[in-house]
Amino acid sequence: MSATTKTLEELTNRKYEAGFITDIEQDTAPPGLDEDIIRFISAKKGDPEWLLEWRLKAYRNWLQMPEPKWANVYYPPIDFQAISYYSAPKRKEDMPQSLDEIDPKLKETYDRLGIPLHEQEMLAGVAVDAVFDSVSVATSYKAKLKEKGVIFCSMSEAVQEHPELVRKYLGSVVPFNDNYYAGLNSAVFTDGSFVFIPKGVRCPMELSTYFRINAANTGQFERTLIIAEEGAYVSYLEGCTAPVRDENQLHAAVVELVALDDAQIKYSTVQNWYPGDEEGRGGVYNFVTKRGLCAGNNAKISWTQVETGSAITWKYPSCVLRGDNSVGEFYSVAVTRNRQQADTGTKMIHMGKNTRSTIVSKGISSGHGQQSYRGLVRITPKAENARNYSQCDSMLMSNTCGAHTFPYIDVQNATAQLEHEATTSKIGEDQILYCNQRGIATEDAVSLIVNGFCKEVFRTLPMEFAVEAQKLMEITLEGSVG
Amino acid sequence: MALLEIRNLRAKIQGVEILKGIDLAIERGETHAIMGPNGSGKSTLAKVLAGDPSYEVVDGEVLYQGRNLLDLAPEDRAREGVFLGFQYPVEIPGVSNTYFLKAALNAIRKYRGEKELDAMEFLQLIKERAKSVKLDEALLRRPVNEGFSGGEKKRNEIFQLAVLEPYLAILDETDSGLDIDALHSVAEGVNSLRNEERGFLVITHYQRLLNYIIPDKVHVLLNGRIVKSGGKELAEELEESGYALFEDAAA
Ligand SMILES: Nc1ncnc2c1ncn2[C@@H]1O[C@H](COP(=O)(O)OP(=O)(O)O)[C@@H](O)[C@H]1O
Ligand SMILES: [Mg+2]
Repeated sequence: MSATTKTLEELTNRKYEAGFITDIEQDTAPPGLDEDIIRFISAKKGDPEWLLEWRLKAYRNWLQMPEPKWANVYYPPIDFQAISYYSAPKRKEDMPQSLDEIDPKLKETYDRLGIPLHEQEMLAGVAVDAVFDSVSVATSYKAKLKEKGVIFCSMSEAVQEHPELVRKYLGSVVPFNDNYYAGLNSAVFTDGSFVFIPKGVRCPMELSTYFRINAANTGQFERTLIIAEEGAYVSYLEGCTAPVRDENQLHAAVVELVALDDAQIKYSTVQNWYPGDEEGRGGVYNFVTKRGLCAGNNAKISWTQVETGSAITWKYPSCVLRGDNSVGEFYSVAVTRNRQQADTGTKMIHMGKNTRSTIVSKGISSGHGQQSYRGLVRITPKAENARNYSQCDSMLMSNTCGAHTFPYIDVQNATAQLEHEATTSKIGEDQILYCNQRGIATEDAVSLIVNGFCKEVFRTLPMEFAVEAQKLMEITLEGSVG
Repeated sequence: MALLEIRNLRAKIQGVEILKGIDLAIERGETHAIMGPNGSGKSTLAKVLAGDPSYEVVDGEVLYQGRNLLDLAPEDRAREGVFLGFQYPVEIPGVSNTYFLKAALNAIRKYRGEKELDAMEFLQLIKERAKSVKLDEALLRRPVNEGFSGGEKKRNEIFQLAVLEPYLAILDETDSGLDIDALHSVAEGVNSLRNEERGFLVITHYQRLLNYIIPDKVHVLLNGRIVKSGGKELAEELEESGYALFEDAAA
């Protein structure tokens, strides 16, 4: 090991910055899962009958499903009976609350996370829906959005206020029997965000949600549904953090996007769940199903994700390109360090004519981090002239980390054009020396080089979040070359 | 006090001794040339001076402005005014030349207790310097060296030299791979940067460059040792008779 790598290693192991626990009373269900718990959750949420039925159907189906084992990640078996499926901060009034009514401790939590909850901080044009454990605590900017006919609220509220929309679209992209964790989510989901952009409306601001797991032994099962009607446009961002805890926490979310004719949905994630410590103790299991349906012609769905947290990530934001000329995009930066494992990628399912998809995946591994890119490009028989471009680049920062690529290609129409590029590079000591020789310290050199490596992805993030992502990368990677 | 004084410098890479006792002194304002065949250790010398951690110094010392250069971290050597124009400049994908150079210049200025330049001041500076070394302005926005032609890379090194204004500039085969026009303008760029304060150590394989950058002294490096030193006429001698003449001395 050279002198540079040595100093680099010495700089390692920065504390997880979002790792504090908020001390407020929680209204928590006892651990365990059965039909009674589902009824309890459903009653707490004031579900209509059809939703309870749907949950129960999902649960009964889930019981029959085997736990998936195909991902390139390793963890001890999860005891689903040890998890609590409902946890909400206790409060006097029922939802929804205005900003001023929020528990000051909660507010403080968000302030420490740097979430712009206060109205004056939101001049930047960010409307925030904050989900704390299982319920949505505040939704800002609602009024302004309402003028345009945009609905942006918690899933619980949507169930009450817009049951016809929820009933029509819930499970339409990710059915309850889609996969194991989506099945579990369908049975027990507690909250999430709901967005509806009516025909021809361009959502006047970025919409954003912050998720935070606080309570111990609690699973977070949020469900997000975004619908963009004909010609509508929305850009949506979610951020995630969790406190430092020794035990693992399960996060099994479902996100469904529906874009009708000429609609566009841009969905960005900055995921910074607690990754566990250096030995791999604790951390969030992030088992998430995200899928967008380009239901109409000329629709477009873009996923951008910056994944720096979680002990284990298992996540494939996907696009089903059903409409003719529809477009799917996936831009991803994933970082695994210490003992983190990530198996992530995307699926692009081409069904309509002239459909196009782009995949840009940047994986960075350090320490003992293990990372797999897993991507499927499927061209179905009727998808004339479909095109896909895939690019998967991995950067290794130590000799003990790993990067793996599993591209699956399934072409059933001969007119398809697919391009795939993949590179693996070790962060170059010659690059670092070059920077050093120009006066740039090693730590700054690493963040410079890594940010350059991720640029194509960061570029797709909304401006203010690109800056945030860049900062997060700096913090995450501080001294992690070795 | 000499700008740079190298005494009996010996250095290894992966256990193999490459530099076998180098002595060399450069005064402020002087330009020295080092010539030698491939593999003689020219780049090794340059990188040891820059602080490349893959080399191990086993003996000798290097004084830079009277201070022990080998004690300094590579970035501090740069901040103290030592510049190396690399034989093979590396690419840094996704990082624009401008951004890179601003980070570099401001790191150096900060170290020296000088005010960091703001975006406007910096832009003005680099535009002016790009012009003076005839660097195409389009290259400023491109990622560092990525997809640059051989000539563009070398010119970019000279451009960085012009912006960072070091006291000692070591140029490792800045002439190799350049056509005659590019060679001309690189030499012109270097000459315009020569002054009473600044020292140059120009490493080259061919005598050709020294027709344009006239050195004060020429050293012949062979098999890790300086086997002969002289004035600029030594370069011409070499051109005629080749290195074979010195091989006995090196053995
Ligand atoms: N990593 C290395 N391991 C062993 N030998 C090396 C290594 N790098 C360079 N060398 C050797 O060091 C000698 C000097 O190389 P270099 O300084 O690059 O020569 P020059 O620049 O004069 O052409 C060469 O014989 C080369 O093979
Ligand atoms: Mg060389």
